Amino acid sequence: MSSLEKRLAAEKRFKFYGMFAMTLSLFFVLILMYKIFSTGSGAFVRTTINADVYFDPNFIEVSSNSSKKEIMKASYVDLADQVINQNHPGLDEENFIKVREMYTRKFDYQLRDYIANNPNVIGKTVNLDISASSDLDQIVKGNYPRNVPEAQRKINDYQLSILDSLDSKGKMSKTFNFWFFTNGDSRDPETAGILGALMGSFYALLICFSFAFPIGLLASVYLEEFVKPGKITDIIEVNINNLAAVPSIVYGLLGLGMLIGVFGMPYQVPLVGGLVLGFMTLPTIIIASRASLRGVPPSIREGALAVGATKMQTVFHHVIPLSLPGTLTGTIIGMAQALGETAPLLLVGMVAFVMEIPGGAFDPATGLPSQIYLWSESAERGFLEKTSAGIMLLLSFLIIMNTVAVLVRRKLEVKW
Amino acid sequence: MLYLSLVFVFILSYSFYFYGKKRALSLKFKKNENLSSLPDYYGYYVVLLVFFPAIIIWFFLLIFKSNFQEMFVMSPVLFPDVATWSSGKFGLIMNKISNLSIIVNLPEIDLTVGDKSILKMASESEIIAAKNLANFDKIYGWSNLTLFIILPVLLGFLATKSISGKLNAQPIVEKIISYVIKGSSYIAIFITFGIFFSLVFEAINFFRYVNFMDFFFNTAWNPNRAFVINASEGFDQEALKEAFGFVPLLTGTLLIASVAMLVAVPLGLLTAIYLAEYASSKVRDIAKPIIEILAGIPTVVYGFFAALSLAPFIKDVGEGVGLPVSAESALAAGLAMGVMIIPFVSSLSDDVIKAVPQSLREGSYAIGATKSETIKKVILPAALAGIMGSFLLAISRAIGETMIVVMAASLRANLTFNPLEPATTITTQIVTSLIGDVEFDNPKTLVAFALGLTLFVMTLILNIAAITIVKKYREKYE
Repeated sequence: MSSLEKRLAAEKRFKFYGMFAMTLSLFFVLILMYKIFSTGSGAFVRTTINADVYFDPNFIEVSSNSSKKEIMKASYVDLADQVINQNHPGLDEENFIKVREMYTRKFDYQLRDYIANNPNVIGKTVNLDISASSDLDQIVKGNYPRNVPEAQRKINDYQLSILDSLDSKGKMSKTFNFWFFTNGDSRDPETAGILGALMGSFYALLICFSFAFPIGLLASVYLEEFVKPGKITDIIEVNINNLAAVPSIVYGLLGLGMLIGVFGMPYQVPLVGGLVLGFMTLPTIIIASRASLRGVPPSIREGALAVGATKMQTVFHHVIPLSLPGTLTGTIIGMAQALGETAPLLLVGMVAFVMEIPGGAFDPATGLPSQIYLWSESAERGFLEKTSAGIMLLLSFLIIMNTVAVLVRRKLEVKW
Repeated sequence: MLYLSLVFVFILSYSFYFYGKKRALSLKFKKNENLSSLPDYYGYYVVLLVFFPAIIIWFFLLIFKSNFQEMFVMSPVLFPDVATWSSGKFGLIMNKISNLSIIVNLPEIDLTVGDKSILKMASESEIIAAKNLANFDKIYGWSNLTLFIILPVLLGFLATKSISGKLNAQPIVEKIISYVIKGSSYIAIFITFGIFFSLVFEAINFFRYVNFMDFFFNTAWNPNRAFVINASEGFDQEALKEAFGFVPLLTGTLLIASVAMLVAVPLGLLTAIYLAEYASSKVRDIAKPIIEILAGIPTVVYGFFAALSLAPFIKDVGEGVGLPVSAESALAAGLAMGVMIIPFVSSLSDDVIKAVPQSLREGSYAIGATKSETIKKVILPAALAGIMGSFLLAISRAIGETMIVVMAASLRANLTFNPLEPATTITTQIVTSLIGDVEFDNPKTLVAFALGLTLFVMTLILNIAAITIVKKYREKYE
């Protein structure tokens, strides 16, 4: 081969390497998304068992005249057992337990909520779809194999036979899993929902925004518009650049050591989580806002000053409004990063099992990413799809936020 | 209630703008005084004098709520000797009171009935304290609300009273705002100080238990040992010596980070070269945002992916070719981390490559070089400083990454350079030593701050090195 041919071959090879690297990177995005969506889509569907429920007054502690509070407080465990006996007549004690395990453990709560909404139902028979237990749900969805020895299955042979007979009678069905969006966390995968974590993240981001946005905006205004370059600005400048590169877990340590340790703020609450995320987002906002202020042409300032505005009037009446789209874009992107950040939340305790949906920044809560982490650590197969579904929700929020950021930039940004 | 009072602060401050302005206007038109500033500024003047004091006090009350709660419940009136209590006793009593407070106000529980009545288990003052605690939120909320109605109104009227034609409001307003702006930019410095001092302070506490040299040069990491032997007479010095050896954490961190860099550097750099030099603008417009999606994905997702799919896959492949691979191998965590870093390397390198002036490329083509020769011999050397800077930033990112390693790497320290074996990292150990435990009184939790300080210093050095390299060695054209 001549030297020219060799060089051209090398050229082709090099181009191929580049293309290969790019395709591989794209492939990673695809495989990640595929894996998440294929495991997560199951969480939006729930298996239910159709049953005739006779609200037998003998097994209900309350009557249709009881107040809602009394209804919510009473126990419905006996009623739930009674319903199972009715729908599966002739069970001995051992088999009864096996059949009971096929229904959700929260069966009685489902009955309670039904009575609370329809108090007149007591004494009547209603046809209801009762949620199946998570293990049964996984068998029906085909995530647990059926053709393995009984000892390796969570659902035994007897339960399978019941399942098949229910199926042949057309009693098994699937519904959209609203619980995933309306419930807090739970020990049972079938009733576990993401709303608690979502609200936790919401309050944390609210705190984060109300801390980082005003301070970030004003700090960048000071650095860009008011101060002459000098030693102090250099220090602040280096500082901000370094803060932007500090690992997020170090911010978590700051929250734990300073906010909780020194200031005595409570553990596990969105207030502390939000402040820590705010510390983290501040440099991002300052950097974006400064770039945006720098983009406002000097002629605007000079024009305002020429007609007699003070420096303060120039900045607040003209420069800031013109730079605001850029600042907002940076803020939204920073908030999106904060939403996905997990490590600081782990350290300030927003990673505990919390069933109640938090009502404010002072209630114990988890965040969306820390809930994902919690579920991923759980051994049950039912939580695996919850984890993926949580990730899908998190990713869709991130996509929405980033799209909004792009739109804000496109629609509002002034071109000079 | 606290939030409601915040709303009041905003509403009242806002309405005082109109009040102040109206007052200024009436001075001008009814009393024929000459105003020194525009009427608006008298409005702003009042707003600022109302808003800032009120908001500062509000934040103070918000942040120190739990301190007030403690003062309120454990008051010396109820417990005369409270000042002499040890922190352990204080905590125990506080715990008892907070447990009592849950039931103390329930109507169906009579505190005086029965042998085991709560009254007999708790002292009189403890029950009063429990009642106080149960009512604290309400009392605190209401007193806050009253405070934040009275305080702004009072401040507002005082400020409005001081308005006269001679008062030049504009410079005062501008002065206040300039202080606020200045203060905001100093907050960045305060955060840095906060990080530094909270790390250093707790790290010093840690080094009271553990020798500095033992920490940095021992090769065994078994923090649980520090617990097993200590019972009542404090910590066993010999056990402490053996328990906290930093070396395996460092090697584990470097091992996983190197695997990540081995993935990210070639892929990221080649992608950047292809996108900058070869790809048509159409391909570029599509591929670049997609690759940048990888940077926007939260790391908890990569961790989940690494633990769920990648690690079992690598294990299977390893067993297929007869290699023993651990289920928590450094390789799986490193690969996932590498994928995460690709866009970091590629977008930074892409910018640097694009910044190389076109004339250099054309000069190279003119003497007959092919495109790849131009890239390798002209463009890359010209962009080298920036590319190196991006590598350093990527390494610092890899070292500080937490979630991927917490979920996919091992918790057990292992001094190894074999990526098929399990390894643990600095960040993993910080998380495991702190999760669910916030008592800063034993070396097992305090070690997290020593590790955090080391991590902070490592990443700081890498970042400064990156910035310095870029500044010092950047080729300047023009």
